[in-house]
Amino acid sequence: MSGPSDYQPSNPALQWIERRLPIIGLVHSSFVVYPTPRNLNYWWTFGAILSFMLGMQILTGVILAMHYTPHADLAFKSVELLVRDVNYGWLLRNMHACGASMFFFAVYVHMLRGLYYGSYKEPREVLWILGVIIYLLMMATGFMGYVLPWGQMSFWGATVITNLFSAIPYVGESIVTLLWGGYSVGNPTLNRFFSLHYLLPFVIAGVVVLHVWALHVAGQNNPDGVEPKTEKDTVPFTPHATIKDGFGVACFMLLYAWFIFYMPNYLGDADNYIPANPGVTPPHIVPEWYYLPFYAILRSIPNKLAGVIGMFSAIIILCFLPWLDAARTKSSKYRPLAKQFFWIFVAVCILLGYLGAQPPEGIYVIAGRVLTFCYFAYFLIVLPLLSRIEKPRPVPNSISEAILAKSGKAVASVAVMLVAAGALFFGSLQDARANEGSDKPPGNKWSFAGPFGHYDRGTLQRGLKVYKEVCSSCHGLSYIAFRNLAEAGGPGYSVAQAAAFASDYKVKDGPNDAGDMFERPGRPADYFPSPFPNEQAARAANGGAAPPDLSLITKARSYGRGFPMFIVDFFTQYQEQGPDYVSAVLQGFEDKVPEGVTIPEGSYYNKYFPGHAIKMPKPLSDGQVTYDDGSPTTVAQYSKDVTTFLMWTAEPHMEARKRMGFQVFIFLIIFAGLMYFTKKKVWADSH
Amino acid sequence: MNPDASTIAAGAPIEVDLSPVAEGQDIKVFWRGKPIYISHRTKKQIDEARAVNVASLPDPQSDEARVKSGHEQWLVVIGICTHLGCIPIAHEGNYDGFFCPCHGSQYDSSGRIRQGPAPANLPVPPYQFVSDTKIQIG
Repeated sequence: MSGPSDYQPSNPALQWIERRLPIIGLVHSSFVVYPTPRNLNYWWTFGAILSFMLGMQILTGVILAMHYTPHADLAFKSVELLVRDVNYGWLLRNMHACGASMFFFAVYVHMLRGLYYGSYKEPREVLWILGVIIYLLMMATGFMGYVLPWGQMSFWGATVITNLFSAIPYVGESIVTLLWGGYSVGNPTLNRFFSLHYLLPFVIAGVVVLHVWALHVAGQNNPDGVEPKTEKDTVPFTPHATIKDGFGVACFMLLYAWFIFYMPNYLGDADNYIPANPGVTPPHIVPEWYYLPFYAILRSIPNKLAGVIGMFSAIIILCFLPWLDAARTKSSKYRPLAKQFFWIFVAVCILLGYLGAQPPEGIYVIAGRVLTFCYFAYFLIVLPLLSRIEKPRPVPNSISEAILAKSGKAVASVAVMLVAAGALFFGSLQDARANEGSDKPPGNKWSFAGPFGHYDRGTLQRGLKVYKEVCSSCHGLSYIAFRNLAEAGGPGYSVAQAAAFASDYKVKDGPNDAGDMFERPGRPADYFPSPFPNEQAARAANGGAAPPDLSLITKARSYGRGFPMFIVDFFTQYQEQGPDYVSAVLQGFEDKVPEGVTIPEGSYYNKYFPGHAIKMPKPLSDGQVTYDDGSPTTVAQYSKDVTTFLMWTAEPHMEARKRMGFQVFIFLIIFAGLMYFTKKKVWADSH
Repeated sequence: MNPDASTIAAGAPIEVDLSPVAEGQDIKVFWRGKPIYISHRTKKQIDEARAVNVASLPDPQSDEARVKSGHEQWLVVIGICTHLGCIPIAHEGNYDGFFCPCHGSQYDSSGRIRQGPAPANLPVPPYQFVSDTKIQIG
């Protein structure tokens, strides 16, 4: 993309094509001989990482769309069935869902790198603005993608975000109606979001082409911010940058795989495993972590319209950055003051992200206002002022001179930046779910925890028995089919045993030739019948509180881990909030109500249930279910067994996931190592 | 991109029978996909709503203007927080009215905003009394 190429392929067939469409020459001049500054550090590999992530999201997304049903009544179920029944559906979904977070993580690093090294300055203004446009498109795409599973957070996130537009005077309400396609968020909304979510990634890909084009016209910036002058300052893109980017991508994939295979729900919200319900608002509506700083800005401004304007201008202001910062020195490496303010700015963003996840009350509101001011002050006061008063250190004459003068200081700044980037990532993850005054469930030792976790067959079989004899009288298990009982990674029954188990159930079928519905014995392909025909019947029979379906309960329930445990959890792979909570609630019934707690008529006291008043009477008592294998028939054992069983119903492919994760890690570590040594060899004479 | 014909048709007026709603209770019905709270207010709630100095409210509106005369005990409001669209919880908050769990807006027993980030009162949907115990919304 940098001028006409003089490249001539040697193969006559390729020559024939090249004379008519010089595409090979284009690739050759853009990605092979293209001169890339010799002094680029690893922060420059994030461009390649982002291209990789965009490709990954489009690839997994297209396959997911083949199995997804964009309908308000079917979307949630279609996602669940996709995860359970489609070959490697769980892998596709995890790759796509975690991929969105990884994409944003990489884009934030990429943007902060541009900010630090002044990559937006002349002659790269258009390049930078195209990047801001890509970022805006990514936000829209990410938001609409999050709506598609149609869980509680999907629905309420869509409601809150679309309502932002109602703040616009005069036309706001009409815009919201256009977004909804109705009088509220509903099926038409889901349909148009699906359509746009499929379209926008290709728009992003188009703008990425422009972004790369602009990059190849202006040339890459570099850590020293001096333009390449002689051939000594650059190296050819291939093999130098290619192999370095390859190594960067391989390292990034290690992080990505950590989430896909071991922590797929770490970045998500448990509420999104509850199907959307327009009649119930979740207690805390929290956007995905990558929107939290902007959400904090929105909430810290007390006026609705001003809040919306504030939030959008926080992004739009980036477009004006090339003119707000008029300093002639590009790289903050040579700007002692700008460097310090940059890190303060990073800290402000992280703290805003933290506040975005907190309930908007008390000290959080005041802190949010102060930080919002700091955010805008960085762009509107600090940068314009610095360009006038700051005295930069002398900039090297050329890149090769800078390489010769290279000191160990860069390592320190890389380390600081790594820590800050990591903190940005994790600082914004804080679960906002308030604990609502209930005790934290005690931790348990689960056989399925950790990187080599597996389900104990005996425990699953006993848990199934407890479910069948106790829970199933009120709770459904509608995503589990009898055939699942015989599948790998499950309770380990044979196909014949599963069929026999199914035939004990009566399943409604029909209509027959006479047009009547009839009952027949269950088959392996049938799903567990629900105890109530519909939610209203379930509600009416249970004093107004419908017993939730248990298929996903261990993933749909959670509790806040709080700071700093949620950071520790990332490394220990602690994912068992749900099972801990379910098991605690099953054992948390106490006859003696503590003082100060009032339990309404028809409710029961439970130590771990939020608010303590639960409609479900104590379900388990010692000796209630008989075990054939000699396991103790105690409430503690029942809870452990049934919770393990319910973890399996929520995540039937967990064993396959963790097993494959181990293989992928072995492969990626070897691959990254090979890439590293190849890179060292290629760069041996270039440093 | 505007609502299609079937969506508009499904948004036709609905009738609600009020006779089963006892004093102090409220029901939630859905109209056009929106929750509508119908509250059978107690004498205390009505008095509280009318005792307020209207001019001091963020969105000044008298209680009389928000209910149908002769049916003062019935409050009919769209249960969507005017801030960002969450559903407030009835009988919570400091004003004997509604409390929005999302960003902490509080509404009084007339559905008027009293505290929090919401800019306006809970809207009153178009409705009329068909008989003493039946209303038509829409």
